Amino acid sequence: MTTVEPIDAITFPAPRGGCPFAPPPAYQEALERPVSRISLWDGSHAWLVTRHEDVRAVMGDRRFSADARNAGFPFLSEGRRELAAESPSFIRMDDPEHARYRRMLTGDFIIKRVETLRPEVQRIVDDFLDRMTSHHPPADLVAEFALPVPSLVICMLLGVPYQDHDFFQERSRILLRNHSTAEQVRRARDELSAYLEELAERKAQDPDDRIISRLLARGDLTRSEVAAMSLLLLVAGHETTANMTALSTLALLRDPVQLARLRKDPTLIKGAVEELLRFLSIVQGGTVRVAVETAEIGGTTIAAGEGVICMLSTANRDGSVFASPDELDVGRDARRHVAFGFGVHQCLGQPLARLELQIALETLIRRLPGLRLAVPAEQIRYRTDAAVYGVEELPVAW
Amino acid sequence: MRVSVDPDRCCSSGQCVAAVPEVFDQSEDDGVVLLVLPLPPAELRSAVRTAAAICPGRAISVQES
Repeated sequence: MTTVEPIDAITFPAPRGGCPFAPPPAYQEALERPVSRISLWDGSHAWLVTRHEDVRAVMGDRRFSADARNAGFPFLSEGRRELAAESPSFIRMDDPEHARYRRMLTGDFIIKRVETLRPEVQRIVDDFLDRMTSHHPPADLVAEFALPVPSLVICMLLGVPYQDHDFFQERSRILLRNHSTAEQVRRARDELSAYLEELAERKAQDPDDRIISRLLARGDLTRSEVAAMSLLLLVAGHETTANMTALSTLALLRDPVQLARLRKDPTLIKGAVEELLRFLSIVQGGTVRVAVETAEIGGTTIAAGEGVICMLSTANRDGSVFASPDELDVGRDARRHVAFGFGVHQCLGQPLARLELQIALETLIRRLPGLRLAVPAEQIRYRTDAAVYGVEELPVAW
Repeated sequence: MRVSVDPDRCCSSGQCVAAVPEVFDQSEDDGVVLLVLPLPPAELRSAVRTAAAICPGRAISVQES
């Protein structure tokens, strides 16, 4: 007798399989079908879209809304629902409201302007690496390098005092954990908002030339709007790059052939970062939308009011776009990946993320030729419960 | 090859500038795409096709002649 897999077999979040870098097998198997059903924590259901073409179609189509105030919007956790409930940032808005806020910031993240940060980012990377290697190994690469580098950079850009990093790092971690309760998320968000509103108040009195002060100087934003935008940049600005830096290091340490290629030819670094973004796809819950009009995706009709989860990690391992998608290949052209999303909401800070990752990984590889894990690989704990995947710690020696 | 851009669709990802800086640029104010070279020479055409394919706003059109 054969058993037929029920249509609603996938539950979010699906468990990872044997390879810590691969998406959960249940999502990868869904690549065989155009769309699947997925059940969420609150008993609701959404459509799971896994293929590259379909993910781009949803993300590029205004009939799919990012605005969580629309009925049927799928929330990935209780905490995520709470986060969207009050003073949402512009990632939870549609155009033209979204574009109005986003365009206030795009000038800060154009390629040319981000490129001028290169010497400063290099100095920051070298400083933290000096500090880490000034004591005897082992060191936790997450706490001593991967997290402080982007955290200091985003503080510098916003005008947030870096000495407060424990305060906002702890709270941003709560915001992004699947098992955080609504109450925990509400408290963390309120504390962060209060902190940023108070900071905005101080900047209004004593402005500098950083992003928060410049947003205030426009005169058309309230303090709480400025705080909401700063909160988004602060959280997005360090969690993602920090996790990418540590997880990329681990992926390279576990693939000595690719690491050797990169070490031999440092000019591969730009392409290698794109490939690592594709291969690791750390936004492990994907991106969520709700249909506001009936639309067809992959031959399936999606009705208005139905939720859609676009699985970026499987789109980035779609064999019709990337040959041998489960192999890490630092020499491939991976630029069609959707690790930063797609459509009008695609990551605002991507030029900065690329710059930080290129400098951090190139410097780490160049300066520490003996870099290696300081514990057996099986002991490494992964952030399976977080919106952004990564490792909890990465003990290394050199 | 003739390239055209739609600034209304542009979301300032900068990927076109990273792919072919000879052909695309960004406005200093809001990062919106600026077309520098609407008729790119042969050696840049493949990179222009890549830029059009990865543009998240589908703001780049390429007319092959």
